[in-house]
Amino acid sequence: MSAVVDHVPGLTKLAPTATMPTMLRTIPEGSLRKHHRLDLLFRHATRCFAFLVLALLLGILASLLLGSLPSIRAFGFGFFVSAEWNPVTQQFGALVPIMGTLATSAIALMIGIPVSFGIALFLTELSPIWLRRPLGTAIELLAAIPSIIYGMWGLFVFAPVFSQHVQPLLTQTLGSIPLVGALFQGAPMGIGVLTAGIILAIMVIPFMASVMRDVFEIVPAVLKESAYALGSTTWEVVWNVVLPYTKVGVVGGVMLGLGRALGETMAVTFVIGNAHRLSLSIMEPGNSIASALANEFTEAVGDLYLSALIELGLVLFLITFVVLALSKLLLMRLSRFEGQKT
Amino acid sequence: MNARSPLYMDLYARRLWLNRVNLMVSLLAMLFGLFWLGWILLTLFQAGFAGITADLFLKTTPPPGSSGGLINAIGGSLMMGVTGTLLGTPIGIMAGIYLAEFGSRGWLAPATRFINDILLSAPSIVIGLFIYEAYVVQVRHFSAWAGTMALALIVIPVVIRTTENMLRLVPDSLREAAAALGAPQWKIIMLVTVRAAQAGILTGILLAVARISGETAPLLFTALNNQFGTLNMNSPMANLPMVIFQFAMSPYEDWHRLAWAGALLITLSVLVLNILARVFFRNKTPMY
Repeated sequence: MSAVVDHVPGLTKLAPTATMPTMLRTIPEGSLRKHHRLDLLFRHATRCFAFLVLALLLGILASLLLGSLPSIRAFGFGFFVSAEWNPVTQQFGALVPIMGTLATSAIALMIGIPVSFGIALFLTELSPIWLRRPLGTAIELLAAIPSIIYGMWGLFVFAPVFSQHVQPLLTQTLGSIPLVGALFQGAPMGIGVLTAGIILAIMVIPFMASVMRDVFEIVPAVLKESAYALGSTTWEVVWNVVLPYTKVGVVGGVMLGLGRALGETMAVTFVIGNAHRLSLSIMEPGNSIASALANEFTEAVGDLYLSALIELGLVLFLITFVVLALSKLLLMRLSRFEGQKT
Repeated sequence: MNARSPLYMDLYARRLWLNRVNLMVSLLAMLFGLFWLGWILLTLFQAGFAGITADLFLKTTPPPGSSGGLINAIGGSLMMGVTGTLLGTPIGIMAGIYLAEFGSRGWLAPATRFINDILLSAPSIVIGLFIYEAYVVQVRHFSAWAGTMALALIVIPVVIRTTENMLRLVPDSLREAAAALGAPQWKIIMLVTVRAAQAGILTGILLAVARISGETAPLLFTALNNQFGTLNMNSPMANLPMVIFQFAMSPYEDWHRLAWAGALLITLSVLVLNILARVFFRNKTPMY
């Protein structure tokens, strides 16, 4: 797009020559020059703001790294493999919060991906036209609810119901299966890793679903109609035409969901139980990086404690960074296979 | 293969069956999503409206056991939300313009796009930590300004992303038409492309506002909280999300009631913002 526009400043040079049409020569040269300068100024101004984004990332990394230096010096690599978190003895290890973050996000994605795909499929292919808008709005509304509301609702409303009706059921059924069963042992307290994962799933579903719906809608009608004309069922059209055409966007939506699940703070803080204890069962209370930060940061006494918490924040940022960078690279590879789109 | 052969009919029946099952599952997924929305909103309205009184908008947050309201938190949230948006939006729009209009060559645009996507999904609590390290530690006190900065940093990536996307939706023929009339580039962008995309950009801003109005994590280490009303942006300031966090985690029944009322206020304002965004976008959509 800019190739065309870029020629405009060139007019300054062309305008005075005699071969140009008369209309162009009537533009005062000073005005052209002024606009050329304004163009340059404008372009560089916007470039500065774009550069600001890079500076922001470097700033975040540098400040977190600086803040966590005391902790890095004190614990080194042991920080990542130790499950000890004891402010009294000043021993800090990040294993429990890291595992908690990964476990809750994994649960959220396992529930969230199929459900979001189903919702997007329903909204684009199945729903009557007049229902699409209200239903889409309803799902987007689920995304608009702030995370602290989810947390509060999870603690006061969902956790009691979950502990009374669902958790005993899970322990009885899934808990007796060998290997997998260990995941579902423990007292039905309502709060814990599983509850946090489920709340996270509800929170990320609208994000993934609305991205998937938006990309499904981009698919040219001609492609779908061609498949229908060949006798495909709705499901075959979605699976063999829509999904391959939009997989980049679908992965992008899942990426968005994972990113939000990893760093989600308030909702998890309310329901995860905040216990620095390593446990195989997902029914037990645990801790995530974000919830450890939210709970302990303002009350942390001592430089080392504070520094360990900042290192946790750094770890969280790096994990999110790697996840998002990986999926971005994946997206690029996918789009190279597919050739030029958009 | 003959259309009447049993093998064909078998395959045909299986395809239809698979289709029906999968579409049914998709219907269930939709109901699953609506179920949670209904449940959450129902409890929110029940518990929230029970706590809405005139006092809520007249008194400041009480100590446990006495009556009070949320006026200091509502005021603080408004002040920080408005200044944060005012700070972040111009930066976001300018950077978005760069990405959409000048971003086809060079290394800066792809790098910025990459980083912006990451910042967009970056945990908001990390933004809070960053402002804590970069500002709060330096000035040695929590303040509403720190909270404002954290909120602005959350606004920026949202606005960049929507601005770029919306500008890209503007057909090139519009730009070419303006260029053919001899318009300088800054005029083409500001008066043609941005104007053509303004409904979308406005939607992005409204969504960014909706997002920060419920953000709690970045305020934990920046604006902190304040039991009293203050207009001083240089001191800790009460805000709805922090008050809800503190009150909901407490064991006191009347604090819980206030927390539910505050939660209802936040959700209602987010709802209104979302409806506004929709109205703006719908009226101007024929642009595309």
